[in-house]
Parts: sequence; C-alpha cells; structure tokens
Amino acid sequence: MTARQTETLTINVGPQHPATHGVLRVLLDLEGEVIVGCRPVIGYLHTGFEKTMEHRTYHQNIVFPARIEYLATFIEECAYVLAVEKLLDVAPPPRAQVARVILMELSRIASHLVWLGTSVLELNVTSGFFYCFQAREPILDLFEMVSGQRMMHGYIRIGGLAWDLPEGFVPRVRQVMEALPRQLDDLEAMLTDNLIWRRRTEGVGVLSAADALRFGCTGPLLRGSGVGYDVRKAFPYSGYEQYAFDVPVGTAGDAFDRYRLRMEEMRQARRIVLQALDRLPSGPWIVDDRKVALPPRPELVRSMEAVIHQFKLVSEGLHPPPGEVYHAVESPRGEKGYYLVSDGSNRPVRVRVRSASFNNLQALPVMLQGHTMADVVVVIATVDPVLGDVDR
Amino acid sequence: MDAGALAARVQAHLGGGQLERVEFRGEVTVIVPADRVLDALEAVRTAPGGPWMLTDLTAVDRHPAEPRFEVVYLLTGLQPPVRLRLKARLPGARPVIASATGLWPGANWLEREVYDLFGIRFEGHPNLTRILLPDDWEGHPLRKDYPLTEEPVQFIGHVPKVPSAIIPTSPPRR
Repeated sequence: MTARQTETLTINVGPQHPATHGVLRVLLDLEGEVIVGCRPVIGYLHTGFEKTMEHRTYHQNIVFPARIEYLATFIEECAYVLAVEKLLDVAPPPRAQVARVILMELSRIASHLVWLGTSVLELNVTSGFFYCFQAREPILDLFEMVSGQRMMHGYIRIGGLAWDLPEGFVPRVRQVMEALPRQLDDLEAMLTDNLIWRRRTEGVGVLSAADALRFGCTGPLLRGSGVGYDVRKAFPYSGYEQYAFDVPVGTAGDAFDRYRLRMEEMRQARRIVLQALDRLPSGPWIVDDRKVALPPRPELVRSMEAVIHQFKLVSEGLHPPPGEVYHAVESPRGEKGYYLVSDGSNRPVRVRVRSASFNNLQALPVMLQGHTMADVVVVIATVDPVLGDVDR
Repeated sequence: MDAGALAARVQAHLGGGQLERVEFRGEVTVIVPADRVLDALEAVRTAPGGPWMLTDLTAVDRHPAEPRFEVVYLLTGLQPPVRLRLKARLPGARPVIASATGLWPGANWLEREVYDLFGIRFEGHPNLTRILLPDDWEGHPLRKDYPLTEEPVQFIGHVPKVPSAIIPTSPPRR
C-alpha cells in the first residue's frame, strides 16, 4: 500500500454566495475537508461613505449611517448624531434621550432577529427564518409609525428628534414587547435542545478571549469569549447608566455561546425598552438652541430672527468648534464609533466610521482554522458581519 | 488608571521633551514623535488596567498644512474603562510609520485600509496591499487633493454637482 498523497486545494467562496451575508469573498485552503488557511477578501461594497461625508454638512450626513449599516438603523443614526452632539457640547432634552433608547433597543432586537433568521436558514431550519421575520415585522411597523420609514429613517436630529413620537406609540410598543418573550421562547424551544443545532454550533468557531482582544473584536463575539465589555456599561451614553440590565457573557467562545448570548441580549433589550416606556417624560423633543436645531415652524411666521436662523442653518449648516471627538455606541455587532475632526467650518474635515464588523471579520481565519468546510457557513453567520459596514 | 495618568506614563516611557497633549470634551490626545510610536503604544499596552485594545487606527489628511498626515491610534483599557488617543504626525513627502501589527494583530487590516485610502506606508507590515479598492486603483481617495467627482448622467441640461458646490464651505465662526 502506498502512502496517501494529499495536496492543498484552494477554493473560492463568494462574493456572490447566499451564506456570506452580503458580498464577502473567502479564499479557503483545504486539505481534504479540513481548512488549513483562510483569507477573507473584502471591499466589494466599498462606496466611499467617509469621503462623501467629508463633503457634506453635519446635518446632511444624518442620512448616511443607516445606509452604511442597514440592520440596526436607529443605533447607527444615534452613533453619528451623538458624536456631533459631543463635538457641539449639546445635550438633547430628556424626552428625546429616552425615545432614542427605546428606538435603539428596538433596533437591537430587530437586528438580532435578522441574524437568527438568516443563521438558522443556513442550517436548514427554514421555519425559524419565517418566525424571526414575523417577530421583526411589528418592530419595523413601529419604526414606520415613528419616522415614516421602515429602514432609512432620518428621524434622529442633532439635538433631539425630527418630531415628537406619534400618538399611540407607547401602547403599541408595549403590545409588541408583550408578544416578544413568547416568540423568543418558541425559537429557543426549537433550537436550544435541538440535537442538530447543537452539533452544528457547539465547539465550532471557538475564539479565545485573548485572540478576541488582540483582534479588537467587540460585541457578542468578544462577550461570547468571556470578556464582559459593553459600551453601554463602560462608556454610558443617552442615560444608559440609569437602566437596569445585564450584560450576558459566554464561557466557551463558540457559535453556540454566541447564539445563547444574542437571545439573552434580546430579552435584556426588551427589559430596557419597558423601563424606558415607564419613564418617558413629556416635554420638548429637540434642543431650544437656534444655532443647532431649526426653529419650530409656527415661529417662522412671527419672528424675523427665527427666519434668519432657519435660513442660516439650511443654507450653511452648523459650525462646531475646532476639535476632534470619538463617540461609540454598542451596536448589535459591537462597538460602533464615529471619529469626527472639525476645523470649525460647516463640514467635517474627517469622518471615520469605526465599524465593529470590520474588526470582527478579521478574526475569521482564527475561528476557522482546523474546521471543516461545512462549518464555514456557521462561523460566518455567528460573526454576523454587515458587509456595508465592513466596506463602507 | 485614568487617561491623564496614562498620558503621563507614555511621557515617562518616551522621556525627552514634553509631549504635546490636547484635552477636548473629556478626551485626551497625546501627540508622539512618529519614530517613537511603537514605544508609546507598548507603554499603553503594558500599562495596568488592561487588557488594552487597539479600538481604532486611522489617519487624517491636513492638506495643505505640513506635516500633512496624522496617524491616529485609539486605545481602550477595560478595567476600568478608559480611552486614550495617540497621534503621530507624518510629512506629506514621505509618509512612513512603523507597523503596529507586532503589538496587536488586529492592526493588520486597519493599516491596510489607511494605506489604501491615504497612501501611508507601514514599515514591517506583513501584507501591505489595498484592501477596499481594487489592486489596480490609482491614487488614494481619502487624501484631500483627490477630488470628489460626480458621475456624468444622460439627462439633458443636467450639470453634475458635488455636494460642496451646492452648499459651499463656510469659514469657522468665533
């Protein structure tokens, strides 16, 4: 009998592949079915958002964040607006802050539901996909009710919100939140003790805490490996320090842990939403600073000054002081930050989008090493990259 | 260890002259000499209060000012949560700086992105190639002298305008 000859085979996955969650291309070196090397190739969705944002005024840029990362839209909008507010040193009124928290946490639930839906679909749990999207639908309806748009809202404004929350919003959110635990329980009943699901996820895509930290991974990827870093707790914003919520942390750092953790995050997000609904104050929804926010419509017919302010804000935009700030939020994928550099003029010198998906995806080769070809789909799914955010 | 103490640690580690330090909106930025940037990063990485993460690595183009480029490192310590920004200035003629991939492997893609979009070279990087743009792309788009252009369209009578031509840049106030 002769010794078996093996050779390394390089195969290409993507960029057009249903399991890559967008246009991600991965080059895999295989020995038999075992992965010995992995090179992610990105950039297929590069649209030059950062360059575009440098050419527009601060207010015009509000529309871009939700288009960069299209699953957690309100979180993205808030990330940018919070950075501009930090630059201006402006605090939105309490009603706007609480409303933002409600919308951000609803976004988190919606995003995690898309993640779970697409992930289970890849492992042939087709019905799970429909359950997840069914649960997400009423949340998008809420977004439509608030902003008129299901995804690209443009509702968060520098200094507050575009308009007040609509009448009947609070009871409808309560209704949606009431239905959620049952829906999550159903999904977990279908998956957690499912032998196939466990075999496909347990011990797959293990990322050690040390590796996660070295690669700058954040979000569920880092917390799944046992490091409890959550921007909402570490660097609170929008009053997150006033809410009671837990940050779930995994132990094994495998795909199963990340699944459990995201399920728990949805429950915690619901907990925050319910607290925020209880404390939602009445009052103004945008700052009363004419150098930052547009004057209210009725004032325009009475006050010449208001007309001038309106004209200046629309035709020139606002002028933050020279300086630079970084503001991060906890997106469903990890730390999402905006680094803004201002020279005092009406447009930013530099807008840097610190994307969680970009750093998380970099750890993919480490997670895939030694696994089989079939696990690639699972590991990419639990990294949960949004390619628009990776490539910007 | 708070950001101030951390900045002092970087200062002590590098010795020499007083480092420029900026505090704005509670964020501390320390400007370090470009040739000592790895020593400064190492000083933070080994500081108490870790683990330390390289949260972000990016650049700013100050064209036409000189030194033209700023390479910005954003570092995050987890216990207690603290952030520090380090900055190194590079000349426009030869923007080269040492690679941080030896300290944090996560710097790999971040440096490739800065190389791709700004044309700043990182010495000692294992694979300094373009990452977001095609390999045969010419120029580095995030440089200020790389123009933003509108694609021509088929409509009659439409002259494409870049956004800055619609709302012109207005100078700083105050």
